Amino acid sequence: MPVTLPHLSRRAFGRLALASSAAAVGGMWRAAPARAAAPTGEPIRVGILHSLSGTMAISETTLKDAMLMLIAEQNRKGGLLGRPLEAVVVDPASNWPLFAEKARQLLSVDKASAVFGCWTSVSRKSVLPVFEELNGILFYPVQYEGQECSRNIFYTGAAPNQQAIPAVDYLLSEDGGGAKRFALVGTDYVYPRTTNQILVNYLKAKGIAEADIMVNYTPFGQSDWQTIVSQIKAFGSAGRKTAVVSTINGDANVPFYKELGNQGISATDIPVMAFSVGEEELAGMDTAPLVGQLAAWNYFESIDTPANTAFIRQWHEFTKNPKRTTNDPMEAHYIGFNMWVQAVTKAGTTDHDRVIDAMIGIRQPNLTGGVAEMLPDHHLTKPVYIGEIQDDGQFSVVWKTPALVPGQAWSPWVPETKNLIGDWSKPIACGNYNTATKTCLGHRHA
Amino acid sequence: MRRVRTTCLLAALWLGAMVLPGHGARADAFADLASPQLGAVTAAISTLAASPDPQAEAALQALGERSLFAAPDGSVYIRHGESYVEARTGQPPATVPEGLKPIRLNNRIRTALAGVQAGRDLLAPQPATRLRAADALYARHDPAMLPVVEHALAVEKDAAVRTRLTEVRAATILGQPPAPDALASRLEAVRTLGAVGGAQARGILAGVAGSDAEAPALRREAQAAVSRIDWHLRAWGVAQNAFYGLSYGSVLLLAATGLAITFGVMGVINMAHGEMMMIGAYVTWMVQQAIRATVPALEPVAILVAIPVAFVVCGALGIVIERGLIRFLYGRPLETLLATWGLSLILQQAVRSIFGPTNIAVQTPGWLSGSVAVGGMDITLNRLAILVFAGLVLGGLMLVLRRTPLGLQMRAVTQNRRMAALMGIRTPRVDALAFGLGAGLAGLAGVAVSQIDNVSPNLGQSYIIDSFMVVVFGGVGNLWGTLAAALALGMGGKVLEPTIGAVSAKIAILVLVILYIQRHPRGMFPVRGRGVES
Repeated sequence: MPVTLPHLSRRAFGRLALASSAAAVGGMWRAAPARAAAPTGEPIRVGILHSLSGTMAISETTLKDAMLMLIAEQNRKGGLLGRPLEAVVVDPASNWPLFAEKARQLLSVDKASAVFGCWTSVSRKSVLPVFEELNGILFYPVQYEGQECSRNIFYTGAAPNQQAIPAVDYLLSEDGGGAKRFALVGTDYVYPRTTNQILVNYLKAKGIAEADIMVNYTPFGQSDWQTIVSQIKAFGSAGRKTAVVSTINGDANVPFYKELGNQGISATDIPVMAFSVGEEELAGMDTAPLVGQLAAWNYFESIDTPANTAFIRQWHEFTKNPKRTTNDPMEAHYIGFNMWVQAVTKAGTTDHDRVIDAMIGIRQPNLTGGVAEMLPDHHLTKPVYIGEIQDDGQFSVVWKTPALVPGQAWSPWVPETKNLIGDWSKPIACGNYNTATKTCLGHRHA
Repeated sequence: MRRVRTTCLLAALWLGAMVLPGHGARADAFADLASPQLGAVTAAISTLAASPDPQAEAALQALGERSLFAAPDGSVYIRHGESYVEARTGQPPATVPEGLKPIRLNNRIRTALAGVQAGRDLLAPQPATRLRAADALYARHDPAMLPVVEHALAVEKDAAVRTRLTEVRAATILGQPPAPDALASRLEAVRTLGAVGGAQARGILAGVAGSDAEAPALRREAQAAVSRIDWHLRAWGVAQNAFYGLSYGSVLLLAATGLAITFGVMGVINMAHGEMMMIGAYVTWMVQQAIRATVPALEPVAILVAIPVAFVVCGALGIVIERGLIRFLYGRPLETLLATWGLSLILQQAVRSIFGPTNIAVQTPGWLSGSVAVGGMDITLNRLAILVFAGLVLGGLMLVLRRTPLGLQMRAVTQNRRMAALMGIRTPRVDALAFGLGAGLAGLAGVAVSQIDNVSPNLGQSYIIDSFMVVVFGGVGNLWGTLAAALALGMGGKVLEPTIGAVSAKIAILVLVILYIQRHPRGMFPVRGRGVES
């Protein structure tokens, strides 16, 4: 490696910025004009695999923009290994088979050193075989149902034990209203079904009777919620505190909340805890009737830390729109990207195997004042926040877990997987290791 | 994780034990409002609510409005605009301390505050306010509120409020643990609630009927009341479901009427029909924004202004599409299908590029929000408005088709294009106007849908399949068929949904429609005549 003075100072500056948490982001932004010359050499390609058209564009376009911002900033700081980063943006158009095709293109044609992408679980399942076959690296930034642990994927969103379980704990607690009955309402696909299976087992273990749990699924894009909301209302009028746990996806949330408001159900009557409603979704709603409704995430835009303030300012400047909101998956990409930068720096190469091995144990300050650590099962340690919707479309945090929660790839609340762990560090190096029989069940759990 | 939590809990308890005696000695309810323990906060709220101090009321109100702040030393301040006053005294402090943080407000605190507010409102001068407070207390039936309710009942003069308060008292009494000497009052409470009916009363009575601690006579009485209420609830449930079916059917009808013209009357397979609805919804939003920026006073009626605007904009766009694209493809259904599908993608992406991919917030005016109770059912106002609107649109369309020259010409062209042309009708002009009419109707549907669904570039896609299904099921070219099909599909869906779930209901309806179309390929009300065969 040619050791030149500007190169050294650039590296040193980069490391300093990554190591220090809070003010670093803001500092880098302001320090940018004073940086050394632009990086030269063969660019390192970073794939961005987010839908820019079709139904998922509503959520995924924002993540593409966030990645472009992070990559531009890294280049301003001198790139990576002295080489510039180049974003390769593809549009899988919310079409699951197209995700696999585009992933193959990114890995074999564009030779992407890392890919940041996917939102829905079905798109991740669709690209997983491609990443394993071509030994790529995927950073997946969305909260999901768990029950998966691939060597080639880093799950920077929440596993169920980092969102669903703490959220239900809050609802059960006296501060959260002490709910005794639960309506689990979701869209009919893999994430709500798996999450609800975990939650039903968990609630039963907490002493909630079967008759006090109602599970309901609706098709994608459901817009007529009249019957279901009136069922929830009837379910909630049995004289005991009732709460709704919502895994309703994307667009269907707006008509659901509208119907709740119109049928006169307020958060103090029957609180709704949502796992897929963030700042972005609220942007399309009049939130006055929703005040007090809940959401569980690992990040909220309203959390007041210097790092978050700097990140939001940078986002507004990058998008030239002071109203653009930030959200949880954006923070996941922020953490994932910076971890990858650290791992590549540590490994001194973008070679996939060496970067994957270097990733485990990397620590990166998150935006809310904690430190995310990449665990051997490729999940992160995360804080869990419960936020209540305010009339300005933001969330105010009403509760947080006392400590960071380590992500669990396999849920202990599902009988088939209760003895499984993922551990990609040596000597186990297995995504589905059975701790009872001390055997690896193979590359991937069927 | 659990061990960590236990440790934290122990630490909190230990700290609490250290701190609490001090608090107890000072009995400072104002400072307790800022306590991290929500139990202490709710206790402070009760203390302050009972206090005659006028500052207490101001502090509670500020807490509910999130304008109550705590300093690091525990003192509490109320924010008025940019300035602060001390909560305890109402006087501005000598210096505003650094690091003021808003006191957190969650549902538990909000519930406690609402209880305090309702208790206070029971003695308000306006009977309407008192009635609202009584309703709120009925929903809560908090046993601790019994003395407040008794007191209000003793001084209440208004008959309606008295009746409601009696019911509130009954619900509150039954919320208390059973005691042998309270049997008479509890029995009366059960009778009162049995007469009130409704799901809430049923819940309370079922609790009494199922409790082993209650006297057998009381349980029998409660059980009988529960059975009676159940019967009522079932009957009202049927009516409620019928309304849901009608409402769902009216949305389908609105979405399908435009298609009934373009596909049903003209025979054009228009895959961009949903996008016309989407554009109608975006027009609604733009009209709202424009009115808010110019004459904010008119904002509640912006939606009414949007109706003609959306019709004209979408209608004009429809005419442009017909002249620019469709007219080259008459008689080539496959190419029309592909071309209009391509057009739908172009329109979606264009809207996405201009307005962004995220949802936009179309406001629902106050007069369209909420619901009215009719007997045992809730009629939501926005759904009711859409039901009426769908009826008006269909009626208006019927008039246009049967009473205007354009309608006559359209029907003539549909039945026999060549003969109509020979009679001097300018068929290209009629085609363009008919397509424009269909597109305009889709725009109207978009205005309606913006009130119940989210408005994003994807809006149209969720309606296109249903619209085609309605038109084909009803019989192509027959408006009455479209009406019947929309209502049948709406009702069918809502009858099936409570028993087999929304997903299976959707599948079942689709299967039933396919089976029906198999036997009756031309739908429920096929158009008969010589011209149609070609």
